[in-house]
Amino acid sequence: MIEHPTYNYKVVHQFALMTVVWGIVGMLVGVLIAAQLAWPALNFDTAWLSFGRLRPLHTNAVIFAFGGCALMSTSLFIVQRTCHARLISDKLAAFVFWGWQLVIVLAAITLPMGLTTSKEYAELEWPIDVLIAVVWVAYAVLFFGTVARRRDKHIYVANWFFGAFIIAVAILHIINSLAVPATLTKSYSVYSGTVDAMVQWWYGHNAVGFFLTAGFLGIMYYFVPKQAERPVYSYRLSVVHFWALIAIYVWAGPHHLHFTSLPDWTQSLGMAMSLVLLAPSWGGMINGIMTLSGAWDKLRTDPILKFLVVSLSFYGMSTFEGPMMSIKSVNALSHYTDWTIGHVHSGALGWVAMISIGAVYHLIPLMYGRKAGEMYSVKLIDLHFWLSTIGTVLYIVSMWVNGLMQGLMWRAVNSDGTLTYSFIESVEASYAGYVVRFIGGGIFFAGMLVMAWNIWKTREQALAAGISPDSESAPAREALA
Amino acid sequence: MDITDMRSLATVLCAVAFAGVVWWACGPSRRKQFDEAAQLPFDDEEVQENKHE
Repeated sequence: MIEHPTYNYKVVHQFALMTVVWGIVGMLVGVLIAAQLAWPALNFDTAWLSFGRLRPLHTNAVIFAFGGCALMSTSLFIVQRTCHARLISDKLAAFVFWGWQLVIVLAAITLPMGLTTSKEYAELEWPIDVLIAVVWVAYAVLFFGTVARRRDKHIYVANWFFGAFIIAVAILHIINSLAVPATLTKSYSVYSGTVDAMVQWWYGHNAVGFFLTAGFLGIMYYFVPKQAERPVYSYRLSVVHFWALIAIYVWAGPHHLHFTSLPDWTQSLGMAMSLVLLAPSWGGMINGIMTLSGAWDKLRTDPILKFLVVSLSFYGMSTFEGPMMSIKSVNALSHYTDWTIGHVHSGALGWVAMISIGAVYHLIPLMYGRKAGEMYSVKLIDLHFWLSTIGTVLYIVSMWVNGLMQGLMWRAVNSDGTLTYSFIESVEASYAGYVVRFIGGGIFFAGMLVMAWNIWKTREQALAAGISPDSESAPAREALA
Repeated sequence: MDITDMRSLATVLCAVAFAGVVWWACGPSRRKQFDEAAQLPFDDEEVQENKHE
């Protein structure tokens, strides 16, 4: 018999709750700017409510606050459970949590003020970048230090994905953010021109590849087997697709710069690598979905499993769409249109958000001394599932329609070679799609409120039963359960 | 050796590395090891149940 190690659930619990809080905040800002695109008067002629300032706030909040908290919560949970070891330091864990929250709050203050480096998904100014680097290194020490304390020799595949995500994000963030400070709130990037663009999209696409993909695949490799109550379909496939995925993703960035001054061979390389990327991406998707083989009936009764499996379907869909859009001739039509926004959100809402939501529903009850997934109301999880699915579908379909229409209108020429449409005509034609997108986003957002309510009630029940979720170690609560 | 040779070499090395990973993962001696590894997420439950006794 193995001795029960005492896990640190406090930091897992804190990050899980903040996942929901920042999800609500980030998505609310998203719904607001979606409404602004349909009804521009909604910026109320106020600088800090304008689209240009709120859009980076939305992306930072949903990627780094919502997604980041989900990744930190689940990774610190999984690393303890699969290594059978407590985190190396409670103080370091607290530092990572509070440090990350400080980064988010500083972002939420500076971005609406208009303080920005103007680098997409890396808009934060240099003092915040330094803080991110410090917190991230602390997170890496916490994670890898715990891996080093593992009981078994083998490191479970989920931890490999989290490890790759932590290392790659550190490298990407530091290299892309290199800048010369001028004042406390203003800096100049060390890169310029085409090199700046290439470094930026090497960073940008690998933020997708390592933050939004590798990290969430780590979530998938733990929570899908756990919730389906069967081991992963093929461990061998997980090893092969891990190495293929991380080796190929780093080359795909140039597809963001097709038909620019980036050298043509670099564009072609980016396109070729993006096409190859389909194979390891689908390797992960197939591995996750096939884990359910023989247990498909569970989907009828378990909405948490529905979240996880549908998220994999969206992952498969968007990782098919991505390589297609990286083909130069397709990109000539899709680039700079709403199709790109639709593609991003099929990944962000369908994959990243839905797998995070499923994972949080699984682990939150554990924080309150209950069984995994034993929330206050299963019906509300099911309601949330349908709100998320319908919201995502409305969002991406409206953006496909808008994107194709914009791409076709922009390239339409009359017989004398002049453009058929002015730009503003394509904006006018996009109105209906913007309204549908606003409705879809609003429905997805409503689902997050349902989730918050469900967690609140679960917490209340736990408190009524005399379980204190804020105690540092698990066994006390598990003994009560 | 010019830069084109280096690029070709890098491509070949990547292909060899990938083949190596596939060969390693498919090795028969890995099967048992992988089966055990795949059980890692479930190991902790046994521990918890023991806790309750």
